[in-house]
Amino acid sequence: MGLRGDAAIVGFTEWQHIRKYTGQKQFTIDQWAALTREALQDAQLSIDQVNGIVCSSIRETDMFTPATIVEYLGRPVNFAEHVDLGGANPVGMVWRAAAAIELGIADVVVCATPGLPIPSNPERGPIDPRRFFQSSSHKWGSPQAEFEIPFGNLAQNCGYAMIAQRYAAEFGYDESALAKLVVHQRQNAAVNPLAAFYQKPVDIDDVLESRMIADPLRMLEIVMPVAGGGAVIVASREIAEQCPNRPVWIAGCGEHLTMKTPTFSEDLCRSPVGPASETAFKMAGISREEVDACEIYDCYSITVLLTLEDAGFCNKGEGMQFIRDHDLGYAGDFPVNTHGGQLGMGQAGGAGGMTQVIEGARQIMDRADGRQVEDCNIVYVSGTGGIMSEQAALVLQGA
Amino acid sequence: MEFEKPLPLRTPTSVPFWEGLLENRVRLQQCQDCGTWIFYPRNHCSNCLSTSLEWKDVSGNATLYSFTIARQPTAPHFANETPQLLAIVELDVGVRMTSTLVGIAPEDIRVGMDLTPCFDRIADDLTLLRFTSAKAS
Repeated sequence: MGLRGDAAIVGFTEWQHIRKYTGQKQFTIDQWAALTREALQDAQLSIDQVNGIVCSSIRETDMFTPATIVEYLGRPVNFAEHVDLGGANPVGMVWRAAAAIELGIADVVVCATPGLPIPSNPERGPIDPRRFFQSSSHKWGSPQAEFEIPFGNLAQNCGYAMIAQRYAAEFGYDESALAKLVVHQRQNAAVNPLAAFYQKPVDIDDVLESRMIADPLRMLEIVMPVAGGGAVIVASREIAEQCPNRPVWIAGCGEHLTMKTPTFSEDLCRSPVGPASETAFKMAGISREEVDACEIYDCYSITVLLTLEDAGFCNKGEGMQFIRDHDLGYAGDFPVNTHGGQLGMGQAGGAGGMTQVIEGARQIMDRADGRQVEDCNIVYVSGTGGIMSEQAALVLQGA
Repeated sequence: MEFEKPLPLRTPTSVPFWEGLLENRVRLQQCQDCGTWIFYPRNHCSNCLSTSLEWKDVSGNATLYSFTIARQPTAPHFANETPQLLAIVELDVGVRMTSTLVGIAPEDIRVGMDLTPCFDRIADDLTLLRFTSAKAS
């Protein structure tokens, strides 16, 4: 059951993550094409070989998204998937691409996540105040519109803060352990030229002295929005073996969804990444001990803590101790988010989780200049959407 | 720029809930087939998908499942409520709902504390269900 491991990431591209983007603004479909072109070049494949795409929402249309992209690329496909898992999209995209390839319906699949600003429409009308709700749905009939928005339960910070607060009540809380996690990731980002926080490490005091945003989460434990973008090419074994990059086989995958609003989570401290990761490891036939690096979705510090526990790298309630006991830097005994994570890269919207997928591939391809994990062969990647409501996991393998 | 606060978009399904609040009553649905209490209001049981749901009065007493203190407004609309005391409350029948805490100092909030309902009449035809410490009332 599951993937056989006959599909691989064979190329990628990743744009510089920039806090104040001054470059040319581009429509999402333009960015899609640019990312496709660059990732194909990296894999030394041509657009003529592409016969599948996996996308998420683009800014230019609310529907028929894959067809809109395929039409722009000028390349007919046999497999066109639109994934709607928020931050878990990139992980969800990659395993769907692998599944389509193993089914034999596609050979080369592009998974792209644009994250640059789009041009401003000079004809734009007055600002719709609903835009500022930052809610996923303010439509009539939406439970969120009726029972969440009126209380101001909006956006992400408060949901994650309530997870952290519950965790504190059940298991205790050591804010300096979470700060240490941030410090390690910022150290990793400090040697990653594509990261927004390149050459900008922080220490534990910087984190603990940063502004409280939503108790107990502080500013440096929360991702910073940036411009960026990235894409990967997933290909069949036949093609992968002819590509110049070391193939990064998709050995295992899993996905699990439980709710949209944390209020309706059965247990806030046990996240869906648990079952998703269990599926992925079982499918791959790989144990946690065999993992050389973890690229863990990190919209917040607390997300990483819960993922370390729920994915089985340590026991429930022992995550703080685990962080205290290990060096999570790229050269440490338990490398986590070797590119700096999104806390170090910045979060380029829906491209945020792609940084984790790309870094996993980069490490296995032995291309992580300056922060390469030695003999990196097996990488665990997680993706988190919503407020730990929809999560997915990959086990990537070199050989 | 000021924004009007977003109000609940009430639906035909939820009318008994909102009408109950106008009378300072907390009304929830219970499944007649499996006994599950349900929130938010809907037409199928969240446990067994039965359509035999009945509205019943409950005490509204609750405990605090989790909370946060939003130091910066979650949207400009809520700027005058900062810090926002957002809460996930668990009613004594077991269902959870999102609300805000009132009449309590941020430093006194504790996960697990006992809460009682506060019926906040924000318009002639609309009451929001907020919560306060059971000790204070």
